[in-house]
Parts: sequence; structure tokens; C-alpha cells
Amino acid sequence: MFRMFLQRVGLGVITVFLVSAMIFTAVEILPGDACTAILQRDAVGQRLENCRQELGLNRPAIIRYSTWAIQVLKGDLGTSIHNGKQIADLVFERFKNTMLLATLTLMLGVPLAIGLGILTALRRDRLPDVVVSTLAIFAMTIPEFVSATLLIFIFSIWLGWVPGIVTASASAPLSSFFPGIILPVVVLTMVMTAHILRAVRSNVIEVMESDYIQMAVLKGVPYRTIILRHALPNALLPAINVIALTIAWLLGGVVVVEKVFNFPGLGHYMVDAISDRDLPVVQAIALIVATVYVGVNLAADLLGLLLNPRLRTMRTRA
Amino acid sequence: MTVMSYSYKVPKSRFFETMTGIVSRPSGAIGLFLVVTNVILAIISPWIVPYDFKVVNANIILDGPSWQHWLGTDQLGRDVLTRTLLGGRQAMIVTMTATPLAILWGGCLGIYTGLVAGRFDEIVMRIVDAFLSLPWILKMLLIIVMFGSGIFVLIPTLAFFYGIPVIRIARAATHAVVARDYVSAARARGQSRLSIIWFEILPNVLDALLVEGAMRCSWMLLAFTSLSFLGFGVSPPTPDWGLMIADARSYMAIAPWAGLAPVIALSLLIIGINLTADALAKAVGLDRAQSAVH
Amino acid sequence: MHSQKLSALIVPNQRFINMQDTLLDINDLSVGLISPDHGHKPILRNINLKINKRETVGIVGESGSGKSTLALSAMGYLKKGLHYFGGRVHFSDIELMQASKMDLQRIRGGRMALIPQNASQSLSPTLRVRDQMYEALRLHTSHDPATYRHRIVELMGKVRLPDAENIVNRYPHELSGGQQQRVAIAMALAGEPDLLLLDEPTTGLDVTTQAHILGLLDDIVTNTDMTMVYVSHDLGAIARVCRRVVVMYAGEIVMDGTAEQVLEAPSHPYAKSLLASIPRVHRDALPAALEGRPPAIGDLQNACAFAPRCALKSKLCETERPNLFLQDNGAYVRCFHSGAVESWSPNIIPRSMYRSTQEEIMLDVQGLAISYDKRGFLDAVFRKFSSSPPTVEDVSFDIQRGETLALVGESGSGKSSILKAIAGLVPTSNGLIHLEKEGLLSSTMEERSKSQLQLIQLVFQNPDESLNPRQTIGEILEHPLRLYTDLDSKSIHERCLAILEKVRLGPHYMTRLPAQLSGGEKQRVAIARAFIAEAQIILCDEVTSALDVSVQAAVLKLLDDLKKKMGVTYLFVAHDLAVVRAIADRVIVLYQGRICEIGPVGKVYEAPHHPYTEALLSAVLEPVSGFKPKLLSRDVVEFSPVKQGCAFQRRCHRSLGDICERHKPRMQQISPDRFLFCHIDAAELSRLQNAPGTLI
Repeated sequence: MFRMFLQRVGLGVITVFLVSAMIFTAVEILPGDACTAILQRDAVGQRLENCRQELGLNRPAIIRYSTWAIQVLKGDLGTSIHNGKQIADLVFERFKNTMLLATLTLMLGVPLAIGLGILTALRRDRLPDVVVSTLAIFAMTIPEFVSATLLIFIFSIWLGWVPGIVTASASAPLSSFFPGIILPVVVLTMVMTAHILRAVRSNVIEVMESDYIQMAVLKGVPYRTIILRHALPNALLPAINVIALTIAWLLGGVVVVEKVFNFPGLGHYMVDAISDRDLPVVQAIALIVATVYVGVNLAADLLGLLLNPRLRTMRTRA
Repeated sequence: MTVMSYSYKVPKSRFFETMTGIVSRPSGAIGLFLVVTNVILAIISPWIVPYDFKVVNANIILDGPSWQHWLGTDQLGRDVLTRTLLGGRQAMIVTMTATPLAILWGGCLGIYTGLVAGRFDEIVMRIVDAFLSLPWILKMLLIIVMFGSGIFVLIPTLAFFYGIPVIRIARAATHAVVARDYVSAARARGQSRLSIIWFEILPNVLDALLVEGAMRCSWMLLAFTSLSFLGFGVSPPTPDWGLMIADARSYMAIAPWAGLAPVIALSLLIIGINLTADALAKAVGLDRAQSAVH
Repeated sequence: MHSQKLSALIVPNQRFINMQDTLLDINDLSVGLISPDHGHKPILRNINLKINKRETVGIVGESGSGKSTLALSAMGYLKKGLHYFGGRVHFSDIELMQASKMDLQRIRGGRMALIPQNASQSLSPTLRVRDQMYEALRLHTSHDPATYRHRIVELMGKVRLPDAENIVNRYPHELSGGQQQRVAIAMALAGEPDLLLLDEPTTGLDVTTQAHILGLLDDIVTNTDMTMVYVSHDLGAIARVCRRVVVMYAGEIVMDGTAEQVLEAPSHPYAKSLLASIPRVHRDALPAALEGRPPAIGDLQNACAFAPRCALKSKLCETERPNLFLQDNGAYVRCFHSGAVESWSPNIIPRSMYRSTQEEIMLDVQGLAISYDKRGFLDAVFRKFSSSPPTVEDVSFDIQRGETLALVGESGSGKSSILKAIAGLVPTSNGLIHLEKEGLLSSTMEERSKSQLQLIQLVFQNPDESLNPRQTIGEILEHPLRLYTDLDSKSIHERCLAILEKVRLGPHYMTRLPAQLSGGEKQRVAIARAFIAEAQIILCDEVTSALDVSVQAAVLKLLDDLKKKMGVTYLFVAHDLAVVRAIADRVIVLYQGRICEIGPVGKVYEAPHHPYTEALLSAVLEPVSGFKPKLLSRDVVEFSPVKQGCAFQRRCHRSLGDICERHKPRMQQISPDRFLFCHIDAAELSRLQNAPGTLI
């Protein structure tokens, strides 16, 4: 089993390297570079050359890539063109804000999703299932900005219960995000719950149709015990992967929600950086997000390996 | 042992059967209705709109619904009804062109790599994983920043990036088919790879691809409108739901209709696509049923 | 249809007069589906069955007979979608179809325990064996929990699983098929039931494993007071453990009598035909084919269900449904003409004997070796090489034109792998395959020429999997023609119709989809597809293993007919020794990918030399009442071939010890067409096997 563990980790590392190469290449292809961004209209002739020499931008791509890679591994993510500060600090600030958002969403959404998923699977095609499943489909695919707008309209403007926008800055202490963070969390929870719920539901349904559940019934095992002891452990294992994917999404991709509510998180920063052509920042954020994605998936895989007895023993039978 | 029922009906055309399956379900009927209505309106809207969408009139900004302007006016005095009717056009053109392209390229690559397996497959899957680890926004924005946001950029870009998850689905579906004896039989006959893909694999994988296609459609719509909302999509003054919602946000307190109209229109279209996709999945059998607990 | 219920005269089983002895009493039970237009489609019709204490009852039927549904109904359980139409199921004093959940939970697993068909799917994958057994003990016994561990070890002993401690701590998927099945039996016994229900528990197990498990069941039943109901399609298995046999057809009981009555003197035409369609290891003939197929559910009218296929049918049979009539000998038969059955016999046709007129070798295999070496991407990076012994090694044989050569062995014998290597689907790691007039065959079919490909065709085991569900029969049949010939569409169409006729399917099948055909019909199509391009060697991979016995007989007859008409050569892979006897001329016995013995079928079967052949043959079941196979080889599970020495060393009952463990067995030529691979001399083997007091 240790071998499989290593295999997975190895694959994860390879993926991260691939991604970093892709990001680097993508940024390379973009017209203009750090120097044209800094010098802007002065970015011509000798001044451009000097700037490039200074920043080391005239060296071959491979060398620049490895320099960057080594820097990153040492913890230095570069300097922002926009305001000259250390990217690592800027990113860290915003990452912790996004973490707050993500944690609250997960705490609210995961238990809800699992509970509803099980409920709808066991009451399949009956009223609770039809209602919840339909709502889930909508919550999943209506763009977040649409649901956000609706919620702002209802709860902030019409009812006035919560603020519709976050006014705290990026470096503000976490507590200052309340109560503004409530609506964003609700929006994200809706979307996330819908995804996880559907996955859990389909897993539970599949497990309930299996031979071993039928056998348990014929063994005289009471219904509740069947669900808790025989069905759920099997059904919930694949849910780990879906939850991992949503965690990864929450930590890197909720750009729209952060924008709508003006929340100073990682996604918001990324969009701003792209608009400002602050390439080092874009590169850094992309790398972090990708690493988080790979890391979270890896953790899920490993957790699955640990918990699922079938994956642990790989024996070839005659 | 399973019990067999021997029916001797002549097999109808597959398309016909699938469509019947969709329409016979209430969710499918409603969904299809919403989608078709939206599409028709989008097509005929240039001829039925009461006003020119560009006309700015400072005197009537943010007016409420009235007889002249059924849905009121926006912050520049433009007619909301007109802009709402026209607002879906860009989104639908892009989405409905890009989705088949995505399915086509993702499906082909997915089936091919599913059949071939081996080193090629491993490499492709590593690259796919790497691509999927980047948030879609980042990928889209990088391209847009480079090449602008015209529909000739957006369609191939969306098709490319949204085809990547399709590779995975197609590959998984192909794996299920390739293990079957009839594919082995074809290989043993010496049938060419292309012929195997076309005759043996594709007909059996098509269902999964179609269902995926329907879902992809709604994801793409989501992506497109989100991009517009953020200001990276359609440029003003072209009417677009995402853009309209973004503009109307600031005035929600005093003039909600300007924002609600596109919200409702967009929601109806997405709900329609999703309901249709769900009904299609059920009709095709990719959403099985039966619990054995007594 | 309602009319069936009324006219059925219910004749209670009066064989045992003491009513207190009745354990399970099924009375006029009808169960079935309800179609969308609210019609009743019965799967079980008016079942009357009384099971008394200490009886061992076998319920036999083919697919569609309703036997599995009956087994589950006996526990008061209906699968989703099935409806209860009427009748009663009494278990001691409780009526199961109306019982409360509490009562049902108490009875199931406690007083009545099921041993399922597929143990690997029926044991919970995330619970250890120990925990699942504890559950059974906790729910159904009142023993002190402190004694559970001890009891489990006891139960493991009862099912003859050595190394109980180890097994009990494992998860189900870590055990072999035979071990899983025994665990399932142990779990059923844990609840200390009065009645054991078995639903085809030995399906999918090897011949020798099956013999061991049936022996175990027989012992359990004789040593305790347990009542047993054994549901199966395999009359041999039923004959082994049951003293009363109930035959089902199309949802009804058609015969109910003692094992001797049913197996030796069946008085129902279906029972007799069924018995005649079972191939026998010691009979050199094709089993009698039973044409036609059972009626579809819901297609039943007020008539005898078997009439369309019955040789003895009369006008009466087609207009009135017979009841279960009590015969003089105490058996029940559902037939108007049961008296005439005795003098009627289904035709048993001697098969076409191979005459070696040409002595022409069609296919020559030399030193074939196959290795399934799975190396992942990272393994290749880290240079990990698999050092396990090859799956198949050193296999050499030739096939002559016009003969049927069989490859026989249990799972892991490599027989399918060899076939697939000849077909080009599996790469070989060593060896040469030479095809007459076409030269050497490459091991991958991409490198073979078209004419090479055309000459060898493959028919697969599972008819449901070998036809593309999205293609019509016509399209399926066209493929080989389009690939190998340049014929125009019209000629292709004609050829398709012609081949369909040869396999006895009408032209209307051309536009059907596989889902509309029965298993037997699909297999005919697969066979037609192999023949359509005029192949000369047909590779058959367990082609009848997935079919019902009566359908199998029809397919074997078809294969024989086609051989006569078209003069092809067969390479036939099977695990069923009787089927091989019926159809093959020569046989190769394989164990773990190595050849044990080669020779003409009759000679090998009547006087086997190799210990494995001996063990296989003595483990075969026969549908004869009281027949007990002999268990010679040790019940050891092989996970991979041995690294050194003879492949059979771990199980051989005649092992010589050191020499068998270190050296590969030498080849002995006993006669021009018989070869043996063993360290023991052939003459010595003969003597040992024929010594008084020992077997065969």
C-alpha cells in the first residue's frame, strides 16, 4: 500500500510541475512583459533593453522558468508590479480571507448536503426527493451572480437584514467581515450543496440496489442498521472525491461571488491582477490555486485508499 | 436468473425514441418548451422589438414599467424589454456553437485515448489533470486578455476548455465498452481502429456524450454570462444579460426591474436546459432506478 | 390471467400425514409483474409446495422458470417491481406475505437462512468477515457475546475453512470464490436456522471446488436436523444433496417427487427432455436438443405451458391447463399424458465421428507462452520487472483438418488465454503458431494478413456481450463480409440470409436488435457470424457455458451440423467435461497453463493417466440420485503458477515429493496419439488407478 501512496504523490508532483510549466508558457505568450507594464509608454528602445537586462528578462525561457521555480520553492513569489510589495504577503492576506469564506461554507454545506443526499436517495421519487432534487439542479447551474443578485435584492435591499456588500479591506482582521460575509456564504453553500447532494444521492441509490444490501435484508438486519452499517460506509466513500473537488473550487475559483460582494479574496485579486496586467501576481496565484487543487485531490485519494478496504489489497487471482 | 420478455416491435429510429422519452416526462416537456421558446425569441427578436437597443434617452432613465416601456428603462434610458429580448442572442449563439464543438473534439480524443490506452493515454490524462487544476476563469481571462473578447475568440476558447472534461467522460464511457466482447470480436476480425470506433464504440457511447453535451451547454452559458458580468465578455452597447445585470446592480434599490428582467430570462433558459438534460438522462437510461429494500 | 386460478384443483401434499412436521407450506402462491396497462404477468403461478422437517428438496428449472423468485418468496421477499397476486406462504405458524417487519426480521437469518448465489457480491465489502458473522449471531441467537469468538471458530470448522483466525479478520474481497461461499454458508448457519435456502450457491465455482462444497452441505444436513431447499439449474448438484426434486417450468411446478422418481423415471415430458439434454461424461453422443423456448411472461393462456414444445401433445393440452395429478408412486405430475412418457424417448443422436482421412495439420502451435505482465507507468520509470511465472508455458499441440480439439481445465488453466492468443487478441511472450498454407501467425492481429484473419474466427462465451446492442443482426453479420470480401450489397444480403437459414433463424431476424433475441438465438447469431466468411478454423470460447442446459444441447447440435455441412475444424474451450465428451474428438487437459495430458476423448476419459485428469473426472456430478463424486485433490487455492517443478504439485494426491517440486514433468508418449506429462510412469499410474479399493 505504501507503494500506491508514493505513486499518487509522485503523480501529484508531476502534475504540479506540468501546471507550472503551462502557466509560465501562457504568461510568456502574452504580448508584453513586466517591463512593458512598468515602463508603459516609455517601453521602447534602449530603456526597454536596460529594463529587461535588469530584470533578467532577456535570458532564455528555460533559465527564467527554473529561476522562478527555485524562487517559489524557497517561498519567494516575486514582486507585484502594481504596488511593488512582496507577492507572498499580498497573496497570503487574501488567501486567508478566502479560507474563511471556504471554511464557513463547508461547515454549513457539507453536513447539509450529505443529509439531504441520503434523505432524497432513500425517499426516491417521492415528494422530498422531487422538491430537493429540482432545487438542487437550479442551484447548481444558475450563475452565482444571478443568485447573488437575487439574494441581495431580497435580503439586503427589500428586507434589509444583512448588508449586500463587504466593505472591509484585504488586510482587515477576520472578524470585520461579519456580517457582510453572510450572503456570500449562503450563495456558495447553495451551489456547493447542490453538487455534493447529487453525488451522494446517486451513490446511495446505487448502493441500495446492490446484492449485499438485499442479502442484509434477507439476513433479517433491521432497516436502520442496514443503512448505517452496510450502505452508508460504501456510499459515502466516493463522496470524498466530490467534496475534495468543491474544496479546491472554493479555494481558488469563486471569482464571481467575490467580485459581486466585493470580498477581498484570492479570486478577486486574481481578476484585478489580470486587468492590471500584473503578471507576476497572476503567475503566483495560478500556481497556488493549482497546487491547492492537486493537493486536495491527493489528500482525498489517499483518504480513500485508507478507508476503502477494496483499494488496499490488489491481488491477482488465478 | 433474469426473466426475459420477447417483444418483436420494429426498432424505431433512435432519435425519435429519445425525443419521445424526453417529451413524455413532465420535466422534459417543460424544459424543452423553455429552451425552444428562448431560442425562437432570440432568433426573431430583431424583428419584433419595439425600440432600438442603442438609443439613449436621458429623460426617461430608470423609469418603472409603463405602457410605452413594458419593462421600464435602464440607467441610460434604454428600453429594458428590447434589451432583454435581444440579450440572449450573443449568449445563445456562442453557447450553441461551442457546445457541439466541445463535444466533438473532447469526444474524439476521449474515445481514441480510451481505446488506445497505454502510454499515449497516460500522457493525455496527465495533461488533462493539469488543465483541470486551473480555475476556468483564469484560463478564459488569459486568452481574452490576449485576443480580445469577440465571438470568434470566445467560441473556440470555450469549445477548447470545455471539451477537456468531456475527454474524461468519453474515455470512461469508452472503457466500459471496450471491455465488451463485441469489441474484441471486431479486433479479432482485424477491423481497423477507425472502423471499430465508428461502428462499435460510438453508437454505444453516444448516449453518455449527449447527456454530457446538454450539461456542458448550461455550464458554458454560465461561463459566458459570468464573463460578461465581470466585464470581459460582450462589449457595450450590445445588449447582453450578464452585462445588464452587472449594470443594474448599482440601481437595485431604486429600479429593480432593470436587473430582474434579465435575471428571470437567463434563469428560465438555464432551468430549461437543465430540465431537458435531466429528462434526456432519464430517457436514455443513465439514471437508473429500483431499490430492493422491502 | 384470472381464469388460471379457478380451475386449478389444489391437491395438498399428502405424503406426510403428520402436520406438525410441516415447516414451510406454500399454498396457491402467485406472484408477478403488473404491466403498464394493468395486466397481470405472472412469474409464479399457483405454487403448492409443502416442505417438511429434515427434508432435502431440490427445485430445478431453467431461466424463466421462476425458481429464484420462489426461493425469495419462501422468505416473504419480493424484488422491487414484483407484486403479490394471491396465495399463502406459511412458515411454522406465521403467514409471511402478511407478516410484520419485526416477525420477518426475526425469521430471516434466524429460522430460515439464505445462502446466496454470488457470495462475492452478497457480502458487505466494507465489513470484515468477523463483524458480519457477529451480526448474525447477535441478531438471531441469545448466546453470551463473550462466546462469539469461540462460536465463530467453530462455525469456520464446520465449513472446513482452516486458518479461521486469519480469514475472519479479512475483508470479503480478499478471499477466493470458494472461501467466500463457505463464509456465506457459515453466516447462514450462525443463526441456527431450521431451514436452509440455497440459491445456486455453486454457480461459477470450479468443478473440484463445487464437489467439495456440495460434500460439505451434504454432511451438514446429515449431521443436523436441518431442512434444506436447494434451487438450481444443475441437476447433478441437486442429485448430490437432495432426496426430493421439484421441477419448474414457466412459473409452475410440473413434477414433484423423490429424486429417484424424477431422475430415473421422469413422468413429465419436460423433465425427461431436460434430463436427456444433459451431456454425460461417459456417453459418446450429443445430448438431445429441445427446440423452441419457454413462453414469455404474460403470454400464458389456459393451456399447458409446455405444449408447444412437447412431442406428446394433444388437442387437450392446448385447450386446458393440467393440474398436478397424484400418481400411483406418490409423485405429482402436471401432465395429461404422464403415462405415455415412460415409453417415449427424446432422440439422442450420435455425433459425427471424425475420420482422419487427410491427416492434414491445419494449425501447429509450438512452445506457446503467455505472460500477463501489468506494468504501470511509474513501474516502468522505476524499472520494476515482474518476476512471476508466466500464465501459460510450453504449450505445444497441433490440430488436424476436420477434427474438434478441446482444451479443458478449470479457472486459471490458461485455456481461454491460449485461444485468444491464437485469435491474436493476446500477445504471446514465446512460441510459434503456424497456420497451414498461410505461414506463421503473428501474435498480434494487426500484423496478420487478411487471408490469415479470415481463416480463423472466434465465438465468445457470453451471447449478451458479443453482439453490439446498437446494431441489427443484419449489420452484425455484414461486418466480416465487408471486411474480407469485395462482394456487392446484394450478394452480401443473400449470404446473410443463407447463413441465418443454416443456423435455423428466419429472415425476419435481419432487422432485429440483439435485445429482442433470447440467449440461445444470440449465440446462433454469433456462430453465424463466425461462419459467414467461410472460415476454416472456428475457435469456441466456452460458447455454451452461459446457456441453459436445453439451449446448450441445441447449440451443440448446431455446431455438429455445421461441421458436417461445411467441413470446418473446431478448437473448443470448455470447463464442462461432459460437454467436451459430447463434441470433441481429442482433448488437452490443462492445469495452471501447463499441459497435463493429450489424447482422444474417449480414451482419456475412460482411462485417465494424469492425477489431475483423474481428480477432475471423479469430481464430476451426474444427475443420478445418490451419486457422490470422489474428492481426490486437495482443496487448495492457487493464486499463481508455481515457480519451479510441476504445476500440480500443491494439490496432487500422488505427488512424489521432491522431484515434483523441483523438476518439470517429462513428456511420455503412451500411444501415437496420447501424451502425458508426469514424473510417474504411465504404466504405474494405470496400476494405481485400477487398484481395488480405489475409485473410477
